[in-house]
Amino acid sequence: MIEWFTYTQVAIAAAAGLLCVIIGLLGRSPSDYTLGATLLVEVLLLVQLAVSLAAPAFGNNPTGSLLEFYMYLISAILLPPLAGVWGLIERNRWSTVILGMVCLAVAVMVYRMNEIWFFQLA
Amino acid sequence: MVQNKSSRAVGVGRVLIVVYGILALAAAARSFVQIVERFDEAPLAYTLSAVSAVVYIVATVALTRPGRGWYFAAWITICFELLGVLIVGTLSLMHPDLFAHASVWSFYGSGYLFVPLVIPVLGIAWLYARRPSLQTAGNAAAPRA
Repeated sequence: MIEWFTYTQVAIAAAAGLLCVIIGLLGRSPSDYTLGATLLVEVLLLVQLAVSLAAPAFGNNPTGSLLEFYMYLISAILLPPLAGVWGLIERNRWSTVILGMVCLAVAVMVYRMNEIWFFQLA
Repeated sequence: MVQNKSSRAVGVGRVLIVVYGILALAAAARSFVQIVERFDEAPLAYTLSAVSAVVYIVATVALTRPGRGWYFAAWITICFELLGVLIVGTLSLMHPDLFAHASVWSFYGSGYLFVPLVIPVLGIAWLYARRPSLQTAGNAAAPRA
């Protein structure tokens, strides 16, 4: 895990989450902007996966449980596509709120992954 | 709305279902890790972790399914969660040796931003608002062609 990348990712996921929740509560159905924000969150998760897979080879090892780390990462990777598919099928305001809730959940999960990698003692 | 669709999986109820789904996923994943890696450290807390994960999964499914059976299943699981978070939350403060190991319900769900404490209350409110008797009355008043 790379610290600055992880914090950037948490910030972007939280911002995307708030944006989608607010736009959703204003009554908009999922648009290119809200689906795009969710897509960005997903792409960053995939980059995080690549970084995490490569990191141990460069001597960047987690202090905590690798199994727990990957349970979080894989769960997080699953969420945005599910919310996105829902957003494409059910076109109403609540689908936009759901995109936001999922992005917020991803932000919390990535923050927790950061703790596992850098602070948790196995 | 199609008639065979669940009256609970509509509108803001969908958001509730998604939050339940995320919680179910998080609880299940975490309890899997705990049981695989260090079950003997705190068997009681980790067994509870697994039980709570199953209850969240059942609650999520029950909220998405139509019919009275699932409606009562949702009531039972959501009330169980509320009792669980209150009882285990209190015990984790009084007997930290037994319950301090992270589970969804320890310290009133503080590890999950207190979502486990808030969500059953919202769930109960939603179930009450969408109770079957109300729906039947509504359908009788405004029959659909």
